[in-house]
Amino acid sequence: MTGGLGSIGIGPYLTVSAILLVLGVFGIFLNRKNVIIILMSIELILLSANLNFVAFSSALGDLSGQVFTLFVLTIAAAESAIGLAIVTVYFRNRGSIEVEDITMMKG
Amino acid sequence: MMTQIVFYVFATVLVLSAGMVVSARNPVHSVLFLILAFFNAAGLFLVAGAEFLAMILVIVYVGAVAVLFLFVVMMLDVRFAQMREGLQRYAPFGAAVGLVLLAELALAFSHWQVAADIASVPHVVAAPGRTNTAALGDVLYTHYVFLFEACGLVLLVAMIGAIVLTLRERPMGRRQNIDRQHERTAADTLAMMTVPLGQGVAANGGFRRPEQSYYIASVPGSYGVTAEPVPQGKPAGAAPADGAPESGHGADNHGGLAQ
Repeated sequence: MTGGLGSIGIGPYLTVSAILLVLGVFGIFLNRKNVIIILMSIELILLSANLNFVAFSSALGDLSGQVFTLFVLTIAAAESAIGLAIVTVYFRNRGSIEVEDITMMKG
Repeated sequence: MMTQIVFYVFATVLVLSAGMVVSARNPVHSVLFLILAFFNAAGLFLVAGAEFLAMILVIVYVGAVAVLFLFVVMMLDVRFAQMREGLQRYAPFGAAVGLVLLAELALAFSHWQVAADIASVPHVVAAPGRTNTAALGDVLYTHYVFLFEACGLVLLVAMIGAIVLTLRERPMGRRQNIDRQHERTAADTLAMMTVPLGQGVAANGGFRRPEQSYYIASVPGSYGVTAEPVPQGKPAGAAPADGAPESGHGADNHGGLAQ
């Protein structure tokens, strides 16, 4: 089970990745006002998923995990680009990026 | 032993900097800590033997995504101090949700085990002697080639989407009118003349502006001009020889044709 991971094993990797995921979720709740930090928290969550993928890929000696990490990286880059574009446009229109102000689509 | 030390150093710095990302007072510091976190995650990837992904993480994330974040944080003139107001209000709720999530993860992890017959499941393995990058290429361009192309499509859509979202029509934008450019012939702007021997440029009327400049061929509305385009076929002598008094459409409007 510790195939490519040597003396470390999969446990520490999963622990680090779990902590990273929790920190990302915590960041979303903590910075309820700042959209940019929320986007960064989402990046942290995706990074933890990547860490899991790589750890399992290495432990099981299966390259698929690393390929999927590549796909996750792609999606994360696209997501942050679109997200930041939306933030920029919203700031240009409203002069604020506070999440609580974004209520225009409320019925 | 050495590997373990390296792993725990990277892991500790990664977790600490991730904590700083979500709790830093200044968003610029948040982005910088995010960059540190990505570097350390790349280190963890290296320890796990995924060299290519580690380099991609540094190049794509630190080089592109984090710099994009930095750009936006610095570009938007937001009063970030005021954004920290509700922090104390949200912190307990966030911590509660985080702790519940962590407890659930720990619970799942403590009762999780690898299937005994995992070795019999078909694996995508690297050919012996291949480097990580080469093996990844072997897999990516064969088994996963359609997903790979779909990723390219996603990136294309994201690029177009970001451009469409942030593009705005500017009155001063310089746009091209390709039809008019193609209609234009050399005779419109170029006059051939015989210069007598021994005379300088000044004796032949000085540097001259083209009788029809690109200004005419430009799209109405660009160059900051909202009026109708200047009618074509001005009398040949209308353009002053020295070009200076022709400030009707300004020297910069000529697109550098005669300058």
